[in-house]
Amino acid sequence: MIPQELPPYGLVAEFDSAQALVVAAEKARDAGYQKMDGYSPFPIEGLMDALGHKANILPLLVLIGGVVGGLIGYSLQYYTSIYSYPLNVGGRPYNSWPMFIPVTFECTILGAALTAVFGMLGLNGLPEPYHPLFHVERFALASRDRFFLAIRAVDPKFDLIQTRKFLESLGAKEVTEVPQ
Amino acid sequence: MSTAPVVEQPNLPRWQSIALLVGAIGIAICLAGLAFETTRVHVFRAWLVGFCLTVGIALGSLVVLMLQYLTGGDWGFILRRPLEAATSTMPLVTLFYLPLALVLSSLYEWADPAKVEADPHLQHKALYLNVPFAWIRAGIYFAIWNLLAFLLNRWSRQQDTARDMAIHKRCEALSAPGMVLYVLTITFASVDWVMSLEPEWFSTMYGAMFGMGQVLSGFAFAVAMLVLLSRRLEVGQLTGGNNLRDLGSLLLAFVMVWAYLSFSQFLLIYSGNLPEEVPWYIYRFEGGWKYLGLMLVIFHFALPFVLLLSTNVKRNRAMLASVALLVLLMRAVDLLWLIVPAFHHNSEAVNPPLGARLIYVAALVGMGGIWFAYFLMQLQRWPLAPAFNPYAEGAVHGAVAGH
Repeated sequence: MIPQELPPYGLVAEFDSAQALVVAAEKARDAGYQKMDGYSPFPIEGLMDALGHKANILPLLVLIGGVVGGLIGYSLQYYTSIYSYPLNVGGRPYNSWPMFIPVTFECTILGAALTAVFGMLGLNGLPEPYHPLFHVERFALASRDRFFLAIRAVDPKFDLIQTRKFLESLGAKEVTEVPQ
Repeated sequence: MSTAPVVEQPNLPRWQSIALLVGAIGIAICLAGLAFETTRVHVFRAWLVGFCLTVGIALGSLVVLMLQYLTGGDWGFILRRPLEAATSTMPLVTLFYLPLALVLSSLYEWADPAKVEADPHLQHKALYLNVPFAWIRAGIYFAIWNLLAFLLNRWSRQQDTARDMAIHKRCEALSAPGMVLYVLTITFASVDWVMSLEPEWFSTMYGAMFGMGQVLSGFAFAVAMLVLLSRRLEVGQLTGGNNLRDLGSLLLAFVMVWAYLSFSQFLLIYSGNLPEEVPWYIYRFEGGWKYLGLMLVIFHFALPFVLLLSTNVKRNRAMLASVALLVLLMRAVDLLWLIVPAFHHNSEAVNPPLGARLIYVAALVGMGGIWFAYFLMQLQRWPLAPAFNPYAEGAVHGAVAGH
């Protein structure tokens, strides 16, 4: 049973084509909606812009992750070669930095890649076993051949009746109220 | 695509005249340098640097042209005409080589009978490193490169009118063996023309490093030209955000491969620490050359690398063109750094006098200017966007989606 006293999560509109979804998202963005998201079986070029997606901090996190990874990689070699186990190799200085670059580079990539994967998961709030949209039966088609635009109730411009009318005017096949 | 309006070409003839004038002045300074005993040898060396730069842009463009036939994609389609114009400068570049062929003995120890007589090592290598064979090899390289450039250009013209998928397939079929031929020829050519300046030294990485430098030269030049030309309608509509971003990403990849190969050679020689290998770097860290080496690390790798990581830079026409031009300038610096310190037996190579330095600049500007004028002449012969391409719809779409 769904508790009736909770406000709805929002409204979800179903579209037939990727193009229709992008156009609808653009119109919704231009109408002032902000808290919305699009769902489709495959990535759509231009949908992010249409949804009014703004730059997030992930690139910055990845940069920091890379720099930290590189520093760790270099420090590891520096510590090993200078303090822990100094070894004279062919008369070269202990801190033979050119020799340290490949490992430093690899650790930079490792740090950046791990930050990218886990940062993406974290910022997206994944893994997310429950989502209100799962209440909508037809939403399962989002992983097959339908395209969905959801506008959340927390959006300042959201109004159950007006927003439903607006979505229908965009040519949605069906607009469904999503319970919390 | 076929209905793209023909736009008059406002500034290209003007650029061409300026390039021709600047080039003529540079060549005149080089010729004047020939008259003096002290600067003559520098003219030969400078001509070698200028030749390597121009042949690098032409050949690098040929490689990228073949690469885009093999991989497909929008980025290749919009770059095709600048690339084709650059490859059709091959006859001029061949002409640039001829003076060098006549003064081999002033540049290469192995071509000087007196030096070969005195050095058993050179006698040992004389089977490969001798003047007649070097001429024959150069003839083979230029024959292959000219033929590849000629055929790819000719077929592309035919395709403009015939709109025949079979011609496109023919270009693809030529590009695969063409790529293999390039790798083979440039490996030998880099040994003949540059590595054998120091016949006692060897590096297995050299051909790949030299060839990658050429690919980078050709690509950076084509990207810079495309952005400069994109103010004109017919290519302007094709160079939107996503296409530019793809070009920027490729430039980043090429910069990284160049840096990888160059650094690998350094690392191998540093780790080996062998007396016959290490001097090559010691000569290049002497005097002012170490500052040029440092410039390469910063402006040929670090700065373009950091800038091209950013999507905003890659999508910005002015920024992308600036980075490409910076890389192209650094290609010239890299060739100077590779070639001139090789003449370490002559103390003037470590610290060339002012007159000699002027000649190096004059040769680069002069040969570059003449080459650029010839390139512009080739570029204006055909519309800037090819008329037919199976991927043309994609190229237009990429530009629109970027906005």
